[in-house]
Amino acid sequence: MPDLLLVAAGLVLASVVVGLPRVLRGPGVVDRIMAAQLLGTGGIAALLLAGVATATPAFVDAALVLALLAAFATIAMARAAPGGDDAP
Amino acid sequence: MSLLVDALALLAILLGLVFFAAGTAGLLRFPDASSRLHALTKADHLGLGLIVIGLLPRAEAVGGPARLIAVWVLVLVSSAAAGPLLARLARRR
Amino acid sequence: MIADALIAAAILAVALATVAARGSFTAVALFIAYGLLLSFAWVRLGAMDVALTEAAIGAGLSGALLLGAASRVARHPVAAERPPGRAMTVAIGIGCAGVTAALAAAILALPDPAPSLAPQVAANMQATGLGNPVAAVLMSFRGLDTLLESAVLVLAVIAAWSLAPKESWPGPPGLVQPLLPGGPLALLARLLPPLGILVAVHVLWIGKDAPGGKFQAAAILAAMWMLAWMAGRVALPPVSARWLRVVVAAGPALFIAIGLLGWLTEGAFLAYPPGLALPIIMVVEIALTASIAVALALLVIGPPVRRA
Repeated sequence: MPDLLLVAAGLVLASVVVGLPRVLRGPGVVDRIMAAQLLGTGGIAALLLAGVATATPAFVDAALVLALLAAFATIAMARAAPGGDDAP
Repeated sequence: MSLLVDALALLAILLGLVFFAAGTAGLLRFPDASSRLHALTKADHLGLGLIVIGLLPRAEAVGGPARLIAVWVLVLVSSAAAGPLLARLARRR
Repeated sequence: MIADALIAAAILAVALATVAARGSFTAVALFIAYGLLLSFAWVRLGAMDVALTEAAIGAGLSGALLLGAASRVARHPVAAERPPGRAMTVAIGIGCAGVTAALAAAILALPDPAPSLAPQVAANMQATGLGNPVAAVLMSFRGLDTLLESAVLVLAVIAAWSLAPKESWPGPPGLVQPLLPGGPLALLARLLPPLGILVAVHVLWIGKDAPGGKFQAAAILAAMWMLAWMAGRVALPPVSARWLRVVVAAGPALFIAIGLLGWLTEGAFLAYPPGLALPIIMVVEIALTASIAVALALLVIGPPVRRA
């Protein structure tokens, strides 16, 4: 079972990385902002899977921090983006 | 019993992975930013939820199920707020 | 192994895209993605403390800081009017490539196994009462470095404030945010900070035995404060407010006082009396968390700006 969970963590990471070209190509700013969300959620899922697989509680703490800060970064970008509420 | 729990847990995790893959496919294939946002938020957060459900039977290894559920709740709350903000941004442009 | 190759390839691709990005907003958005990817790499390398710090400060707060800088540059497009000439671009490129090559050479020249003080840390850790070797290094064995780091933040706040235009002094930092009556951000600004404060306290407290500690906790607190500020739910005090200045300076000041006390009683600066190391370290950690949180938020929000 732990091995299967690690494989699942790898698959989640792989699916996130496969989605990255969209973020790099754009075309819009929204696609770029989605990168933080994609990497945040994918990273959180991989951390939880790997944490349970290796019985390391610290991975869940890292997931908590990532969830808070990725949300903050996404909101900050959505406001500062050209066309956003706080845009110049 | 534990075999059945393991099988169900694996099924939930597998379904979660399917949602992650579907989210990535939508991100790559959908034509405009709003639909890509839909693919990302719906799929990722349902995917994460299913993975959390699949991990619950073994949650004691990382300090209890409440910690896993807390992560999911944080992600749900923040993506519920970030989604509309991004959608409005996508529509304005 | 495959996961490592994927992460490495993604880091390189995002780094290149960040450097090549045309608009400053795109570059910052990609830089945030880069920081998140980098924290995955630190997790894979087993450096969980570094991964947490990278996600919290590298991606989260530095990203917000750069966003603020990008929008300030866009408002006053002085720098953008004169893009660097071709010769300058080439010189910058050569300089960056030189630094990269030197770093790569230094890494490749390391003996195998690389020199390490880890055994000494493990052997002497129990004297500190801490269970996390990273915390033992930061707060005890190399406490002086941590003291200087926290003092640098105070100096950085002073430097940022000194950039304020005269007519906006001593107003509140940044622009005054209108109170949002409703909507997604207003909802998040109510829901997330209580949860975030809980997580920050948890991360600070477990830092003595597990990955975590003051910098990560302070980054979360700063982000939650700024979230409430963005939605107009909290007004920032003017930069002349006494309590604001006291909080920013208190942590480093307490750390210095404890250092001097160690010099008086134990004969060495920052020496902790035997048996009292853990309580002293935790008190300093808590005080530093408050100082760092406020300093980080003040740095990201920036100096007071002219009212339009």
